[in-house]
Amino acid sequence: MPSANTQGAQRDTAAPSAPPPAIELRGISKAFGPVQANKDISIRVMPDTIHGIIGENGAGKSTLMSILYGFYKADKGEILIDGTPTTIPDSQAAIRAGIGMVFQHFKLVQNFTVLENIILGVEDGALLRPSLSKARRELKRLAEEYGLEVDPDAVIEELSVGHQQRVEILKALYRQANILILDEPTGVLTPAEADHLFRILDNLRAQGKTIILITHKLREIMEITDTVSVMRRGEMTATVKTAETSPEELAELMVGRKVLLHVPKGPANPGETVLEIEGLRVTDADKVERLKGINLTIRAGEILGIAGVAGNGQSELLEVLGGYARATGTIKVNGQEIDLTGKHSDGQSRRARGIAHVPEDRHHYGLILDFSAWENMVFGYHNAPEYQKNAAIMDNAGIIEKTEAAMEHFDVRPPIPSLPAKSFSGGNQQKIVLAREIERNPDLLLVGQPTRGVDIGAIEFIHRRIVELRDAGKAVLLVSVELDEIMSLSDRIAVMFDGQIMGERLPAETNERELGLLMAGVTETGGAS
Amino acid sequence: MDKLPAWADLVLVPLISLLLAAVISVLVILAIGQDPWEAVRVMVQGALGSPYGWGYTLYYTTSFIFTGLAVTVAYHASQFNIGGEGQAQIGGLGVALVCLALPWPHWTLALPAAMVGAALFGAAWAAIPAYLQAKRGSHIVITTIMFNYIASALIVYLLVEVLRPAGQMDPATARFPKGAALPTFHDIPGLNLIFDAPVPANVTFLIAVAACFAVWVLLWRTRLGYEIRAFGKSERAAVYAGISPVKVIMVAMLISGALAGLMAINNVMGEAERLLQNSAEGAGFIGIAVALMGRNHPLGVFLAAFLFGFLYQGGAEMGLWTSIPIELRLLLQGLVILFTGALDNMVRMMLVPFFRSRRAA
Amino acid sequence: MDYATLIQVSDSALRLATPLLLACLAGLFSERSGIFDIGLEGKMLMAGMASGAAAYLTGSVWLGMFAGIGAAILFSLIHGVASITFRGNQLISGVALNFLASGMTVLIAQALFHQGGRTPPLSGGARFTPIELPFAEALADVPILGPFYAEVLSGHSALVYVALLAVPTTWWLLYRTRFGLRLRAVGENPESVDTAGISVVRLRYSAVIITGILCGLAGAYMATGLQAGFGREMTAGRGYIALAALIFAKWRPWYALWATLLFGFLQALALRPDVIEGTFGLAIPVSFLDALPYILTVIVLAGFVGKAIPPRAGGQPYVKER
Repeated sequence: MPSANTQGAQRDTAAPSAPPPAIELRGISKAFGPVQANKDISIRVMPDTIHGIIGENGAGKSTLMSILYGFYKADKGEILIDGTPTTIPDSQAAIRAGIGMVFQHFKLVQNFTVLENIILGVEDGALLRPSLSKARRELKRLAEEYGLEVDPDAVIEELSVGHQQRVEILKALYRQANILILDEPTGVLTPAEADHLFRILDNLRAQGKTIILITHKLREIMEITDTVSVMRRGEMTATVKTAETSPEELAELMVGRKVLLHVPKGPANPGETVLEIEGLRVTDADKVERLKGINLTIRAGEILGIAGVAGNGQSELLEVLGGYARATGTIKVNGQEIDLTGKHSDGQSRRARGIAHVPEDRHHYGLILDFSAWENMVFGYHNAPEYQKNAAIMDNAGIIEKTEAAMEHFDVRPPIPSLPAKSFSGGNQQKIVLAREIERNPDLLLVGQPTRGVDIGAIEFIHRRIVELRDAGKAVLLVSVELDEIMSLSDRIAVMFDGQIMGERLPAETNERELGLLMAGVTETGGAS
Repeated sequence: MDKLPAWADLVLVPLISLLLAAVISVLVILAIGQDPWEAVRVMVQGALGSPYGWGYTLYYTTSFIFTGLAVTVAYHASQFNIGGEGQAQIGGLGVALVCLALPWPHWTLALPAAMVGAALFGAAWAAIPAYLQAKRGSHIVITTIMFNYIASALIVYLLVEVLRPAGQMDPATARFPKGAALPTFHDIPGLNLIFDAPVPANVTFLIAVAACFAVWVLLWRTRLGYEIRAFGKSERAAVYAGISPVKVIMVAMLISGALAGLMAINNVMGEAERLLQNSAEGAGFIGIAVALMGRNHPLGVFLAAFLFGFLYQGGAEMGLWTSIPIELRLLLQGLVILFTGALDNMVRMMLVPFFRSRRAA
Repeated sequence: MDYATLIQVSDSALRLATPLLLACLAGLFSERSGIFDIGLEGKMLMAGMASGAAAYLTGSVWLGMFAGIGAAILFSLIHGVASITFRGNQLISGVALNFLASGMTVLIAQALFHQGGRTPPLSGGARFTPIELPFAEALADVPILGPFYAEVLSGHSALVYVALLAVPTTWWLLYRTRFGLRLRAVGENPESVDTAGISVVRLRYSAVIITGILCGLAGAYMATGLQAGFGREMTAGRGYIALAALIFAKWRPWYALWATLLFGFLQALALRPDVIEGTFGLAIPVSFLDALPYILTVIVLAGFVGKAIPPRAGGQPYVKER
């Protein structure tokens, strides 16, 4: 068993004669309202190393790094750079302290050249020419030193994503960063680009830079880091040397041995096939393939859970099924193919085919927050005949009446139909969406993140409702980043990674560790994909 | 931004904005060496102190209701229609063409036909900017501004070169036939007991009131209105629900243009009885102030239109009987738009501490 | 059209293009920083009134010009407070300021001069006088180029040359200086500027103030150069034509020059129906020439002739994320 001490200093890495850590955080805490994003976090990042920080979505990694880069002020705790206590009130202070940050979403000016982006904010004088020629020389040097070739005169919007990222790294190096933080750097890269990035990072380490790599991908951690810290639910659960750990152990530390939520649920009685997906592919606006040939089936009376780290294509799958993203491939509902690209491929036509959809992001998709509860209760079904008084006029009184009944049925509190959606709690908002989608008795229910931002009491209620729908012989597609939710609700589990299904498992025959590996892109044959 | 109670946002923000606009206007009047209280007295007397004053106030109110509603409908689809002025002018063209087409025997026949003409022409003028916004993403604010100028150039051309009767000097159409004349309040039995002299306010006022009701029904009682409002609040959610953005933008803007066009019933058919240059006289722009002040609700639009009707008529009287120029109206109009539409966050911030301390108390 | 007529029309085109050019460059600074400004018209009007009044009262055209600049900057700052500080709707703020200017100018001019909202006619030192360029007379007899130099380029007031010089200056400022780099960046992606540790607010206020200065010059030229005094609504939509020219020019300084010269030429042509009829053999309605800048702009906006892409962050208040 390698040393995996919780929440403490790394006694085993800090010998008395060793140099001070490049960065040391002591007891950092940060809360957003009632949510504790970081809880008493301590970490020491040694110079000339690549230090990985791994954890599920929402584990608090990005918050921690934002504190380090001066975007947030920590509620408690201190930051030491090279052994000296330092305050970082804003990003300029971070830059001065030698910290460079490569954001997940680049902060580049799209119609500027590489050089212009590099010098922005660190120009040497009122005129650009000297700065530009200096940056050009410096860029050449950096390119030779670290293998970071970029055409200095290229315009950003014409560069590939991988090259744009290189510009971000160059920006940091040009500002003489000694510590480089990369936030999910491979999320937007192709495998080849990712490999190139790792070679660059290797080089940077060899040249004496310290690198913090934030990721949720185990493969990357194993491949490139010297040390890895694991975060879970706002806490730093362990810091270990990469050489002394294994993907299995990390997966377990990352996911944690959570108490399984108890959902009273009998065995499934699967019937006819309701949903059949074959060779589904989606390419986004940036021409990145988000779904790479998905095959899935769901039968009546079963819940298929899709496990996976956010951003691996689950959202796109839901959007295609819900009718508001274009795709190729075939989808059959109750044996009939549905139109994926035509004029009538929209949310209305999907609903007409018996597909109901509880979207992942209820604030931006599932609800109109300024609308009242009763207006939201027919959102997407507002053209249904039972909600009309006559050809032109909606039956508002009738809708309010039905909303009252549904609110009671789904225990929405307070049960006041005229209240705007924004004044309900997260759990009650979700119950409104769920009530709307379930009350109309669909053949197939798509549910994304059903309990995100929902309090414990409501979680149980929502889970019970989903199981009831299954028991009524309906098909359910459940997408969640909460592994325990997937495990306790699903009758079958499919794991998605990088736009593909990595494998299907039965909940009784698998465990978190196996699923965690699949979620990280490690297949059962033992190799990394 | 801290939150205010809904009622405060709805009622207090416009009222405080109005108060701020009034205070600044008073300061301006004092600064130019005039007496603000005399100004207020003349305005109230001139706009509301006689049937004659009311006749003008309600006439202006009628126009502003239409243009205010036009801005309101577009607003709910998150479109800012600055083109009401041009749409109203082109609507006037529609009215003129209808009225001059036939020797109308009676206004009850001419009115519906002219309304169709006004609405169709106004909608058509909004259709191109709407289409360019929906399909090509051209900013509707800029295109509608451009269309205002194109409209006025087109009207000038048509009046000078095409529609002007031979031998007439001023650029205008011929007079409409007698049978197309709308009854004013002076002509309506019962009302003529109050309005005992000719006034410009006419039956169009009743149509404007009906339009308020119709817009309210449209926005809050029909499926179409539901889709317009949903799209206006959140385009992403609307797409999730299967609402077509192109359809909503087009339909909302066509209705908006039609409402602006309908204003021409009041001024062109009801008052001038021929089409003149610059017939809308800025009412299209006042619609912006009316909609902002009326919080984009038909009832609010009605009240705000009346307020601006009062300011217009009162301002005209003030220009006549005091040394304060009539342009004070424009100043007030600008201030109301500024405070309700652009500095609304500031007004809210001013109110927040008040509510916070009250809650704490 | 013979050469002499072309020279005449070009001469008046240059004069008419000058306020358009100044206002267009004014809008360029604001919009390049991410602040839409449809209030150019109002700022010009205010500047016209202030400079006309000050020039009359002091007898100095230069003092008049500074008064105009001051008035336009005041309006710019109101726009800045509404759209930068209070993150209000930039379009509505622009509309409001235009009305405010329409009212305010007449009120003040009337209070000062009691001439129906006009300033009294300016003369002598209260007006810009034409400047003869060197050798204009000597070169006038050189064929083709001589008359062009002597009649079209020479003999305008100082502000015409200031406007022409403002084009390369703006270009230089925008593309060759640190300020320009940051200005362009803040209009495209304020986050990039913010993460680089530069104040978005300060940059945008500087841009808006420059807009005020240039609008001030445009208004001053209207009242003390192009015409002899301020008259109500004297800008007559020029602020909107400048806005159209800015879109037509795709927010670039040299294109702005060509666009405003084109629009100025159309205005000059509209003043000479005889020339149009003589040249084209048929009467092109003057209204059509009036509307042409707007029609051309709509075509450009629709993306049928090269898409006009505004600065990406334009119109949106900057709220720091995270």
